[in-house]
Amino acid sequence: MPAIKSLEELKRVREEALQKKQLKATPGNVQVIVAMGTCGIAAGARDTMKSVLNYIESEKVSGVTVTQTGCIGLCEQEPILQVVLGDQPKVMYGKVDAQVVQKIMKQHVQNGQPVKEYIIQM
Amino acid sequence: MREIALHLLDIAENSAAAESRNISIEVHEDLLSDRLSTCVVDDGRGMDLETVQRVQDPFYTTRTTRNVGLGIPLLKLAAEMAEGSFRLKSEPGKGTRVEAIFRHSHMDRMPLGDISATFLTALISHPDIHWTFVYRATDKNGNMSDFVFDDMELKTELGDLSLTEPEVLTFVRGMLEEGIEALTRKRLTELENLFATENAAQSSGSTRRVQ
Repeated sequence: MPAIKSLEELKRVREEALQKKQLKATPGNVQVIVAMGTCGIAAGARDTMKSVLNYIESEKVSGVTVTQTGCIGLCEQEPILQVVLGDQPKVMYGKVDAQVVQKIMKQHVQNGQPVKEYIIQM
Repeated sequence: MREIALHLLDIAENSAAAESRNISIEVHEDLLSDRLSTCVVDDGRGMDLETVQRVQDPFYTTRTTRNVGLGIPLLKLAAEMAEGSFRLKSEPGKGTRVEAIFRHSHMDRMPLGDISATFLTALISHPDIHWTFVYRATDKNGNMSDFVFDDMELKTELGDLSLTEPEVLTFVRGMLEEGIEALTRKRLTELENLFATENAAQSSGSTRRVQ
């Protein structure tokens, strides 16, 4: 396994990430939450998560916390993704596939505008 | 669920919900004994014997019951459909071990699926948990190779830098994907060779039937 070599590489990666983070830190605290109950996973939550991570990687979005939650009782709306910007109320999106992730990340996470058509109306 | 890897993610989510500090996910594709063994081990709050019995019953699940859903009965069924077995060992305060074994060559065995995506998702979703991932492959001749990922070193090195910083993400994803891909590629070549030998044996007039 490439453990030792990659650990050295990791040090470099860390320095790089820290520098860039200081350059363009996202204002406030940004949280992206993927529902990972059995229902969510069966509906494709892992792919939704992967799309979020891919977006962060390809667009180099710094300062986003990605986390998970369990089943929230809206199984028919899965995969569900929630976005919390700073102290604004949580916005909940339903049936979030790879394409919807792109929209949410760009429009909401990066530009602060919720993507209305996918918000779950309670 | 269409992949064993998704089941493993689901079981690992149970472990995380059970306040585990250390969780390991292990996959062993063993062509010598024709078995695909998987297990998820945690040191979470565990279950008493009665609960262990009940979580395996799909009709047990209610909203008032925490942590356990349809996930366990579904995995159990998937294993049993592929001439495998399912074992759930747990002790209150000590932790839980979920083990599902499949016959590797069984027609009804679910595909393993994207195991590196499962590992990455588990790692990112629960940064406070100490994760160990093992992917092991044994060929027809009993030669074993494995990929072991322990996040301890990585997290010590990162300090308070988040796993979801783009550069870190690229690094970690690469580590998981490359490690597993290297073994998968090797295993695929072995399987291809195996089919080639069997086809050759059949076309050369051998009446041996593949079991």
